[in-house]
Amino acid sequence: MARPSTAPTTFVDRGGAAALAPVASGSFADRHFKYLLVLPAILLILLIGLFPLVYTLLVSFQNVTMLAEDTSFHGLRNYARLIHDARFWGALGHTFLITALALPLETIFGLLMAQLFLERLPGRQVFVALLIIPTVISPIVAGSMWRLLFDNRFGPVNQILGWLWGEPVTILWTLRPEWVYPAILICEVWQWTPFMFLIFLAALSNVDRSLIEAAQIDGAGYWTIFARIALPIIKPVLFIALLIRGLDLVRLFDIVWVLTRGGPGTRTETISIYAYVMGFQQFQISYTAAMAFVFIVILTAIVFVLLRRMELAR
Amino acid sequence: MRAAPPAGLGAYAKGYVGRAWWQRPSTRSLAWRYLAAILITVFFLFPVYWLFAVSLKTPAEIFASPPVWLPADLQFGNFAVLFKDGDAYTVLNSLVVATVSTVIAMFFGTIAGYSLARYRTGGEHLAIWFISQRMIPPIAIVFPIFLLFAMLGWVDTYHGLILLYTAFNLPYVIWMMRGYFEDVPVELEESALIDGCTRWQALTKVMLPVARNGIFATAVFTFIFAWNDYIFALVLTRTEVMTFTVQLSGYFGAQSTIWAKISAMSVLGTLPIFLAVATMQRYLVRGISLGAVKG
Repeated sequence: MARPSTAPTTFVDRGGAAALAPVASGSFADRHFKYLLVLPAILLILLIGLFPLVYTLLVSFQNVTMLAEDTSFHGLRNYARLIHDARFWGALGHTFLITALALPLETIFGLLMAQLFLERLPGRQVFVALLIIPTVISPIVAGSMWRLLFDNRFGPVNQILGWLWGEPVTILWTLRPEWVYPAILICEVWQWTPFMFLIFLAALSNVDRSLIEAAQIDGAGYWTIFARIALPIIKPVLFIALLIRGLDLVRLFDIVWVLTRGGPGTRTETISIYAYVMGFQQFQISYTAAMAFVFIVILTAIVFVLLRRMELAR
Repeated sequence: MRAAPPAGLGAYAKGYVGRAWWQRPSTRSLAWRYLAAILITVFFLFPVYWLFAVSLKTPAEIFASPPVWLPADLQFGNFAVLFKDGDAYTVLNSLVVATVSTVIAMFFGTIAGYSLARYRTGGEHLAIWFISQRMIPPIAIVFPIFLLFAMLGWVDTYHGLILLYTAFNLPYVIWMMRGYFEDVPVELEESALIDGCTRWQALTKVMLPVARNGIFATAVFTFIFAWNDYIFALVLTRTEVMTFTVQLSGYFGAQSTIWAKISAMSVLGTLPIFLAVATMQRYLVRGISLGAVKG
């Protein structure tokens, strides 16, 4: 099937875009105009992005703590320690557990909401404008907000549940081991479902209607049209949305930090929280560096594989 | 017997064939969809309402059980306390840091994005490298940055945090502006160059005015990213340039949690975002999807 002209644009390769002819003559500044334009940006990013990466790698082979400024070569001992660190694996597990639950929930709710608002609905713009709000507020504010809501005595969540239950509910949402994950997931899904919704709504609105009408004439049902026509067309956008959200989720820090501080105990500790605690509260500098580096390698691998798949899928 | 077909989402679930979403729905289906839309909107807005309600409550109302849903009379005492105790200056810090870093990132990011769009500088590789910088987890680089800043004496300074946010947001600006510039027909600059414009003039006099909506939308997002940041500010500020997110998280103590300040500070930290979003509705989707959807 030919790609309709209104299909969502591709993310990575846009080789078709028009370009200006390079400057062949003139002063040094003229001839290197295009490089001069990107130079400041590259230098700044190298300073803040690349330098820390290299430094992290370097320190991870040393043994720097708050007590000992031991910069001698420490080999792979920090990495070996990491392999035997149950708390690290726990944090990794928590991070991927939250990601594995929140990402599908946000995607499915987002798609359903997009379907609902895709139909003619007078005043749709108002709804959409209001639904944007959770996504753009600071995660710290979102977390604080849900702390207020989840409060066992002064918050409305337990009160509403009490009405539904018929008897008073006193759930300690951010303290009880069995309730901390639901609390984090509710907050996370509340904040980011609108993000998915907005992207899917825009992508589905862009789907060429003549395609759908043609399928309808051929006798395709409602569900078939969605699964076989609309979904494949918005697939590139779906990938990007999943990539953006997935990357945000695996480095999740703010919401969990406000809601539970990684507790009770280390039960909701994500990789980012563990790294923060190790680096800035226990000053295990080299060890944190090793952890950070492993984390970056994992993320890079995920991004690489996903981008590759996107390229192949096109 | 039902005359009207099942509505909205129900139509998918029941495999209803005769009507689909691009067709004009009946009044009855419209009513159901309105109900669903309103319920969804209430779910997503109720927490925000609650936040504002708590910020306007008296201490007695905040600590009432069962909770009070509607403050008896609007009083701004919780906000007054923030200003009296000086906590509100953290909002000012956030404003200064986010604004200045946005301006700088927009300048360098826009010219770099232009170079990528119009001269294909570095090809696809450079563009991918830029956007991949955005995917690095902050926690992984914040420690070495802290050590670097400590060495330079930049911890808890405006220029330190501004520089950091600038660099952190540059990849986003470059990526987005590249997309916006690519949308502009190249003939526009070619004729400007023929008319005797220099390359720099073609950028500043021709392209910037044409792409101003994209510039504005990108700037708003860059501002929001800096405004909402927590982890960099947590590590790199102490007292002088503490941002509102750091201040806010500080209210959650081991012993006591200061609900009045939490709610009032959250509201202060949310108002600029409301303003920003209200002004740039049209570009929102493109902005949050890193340009994957052109809205």
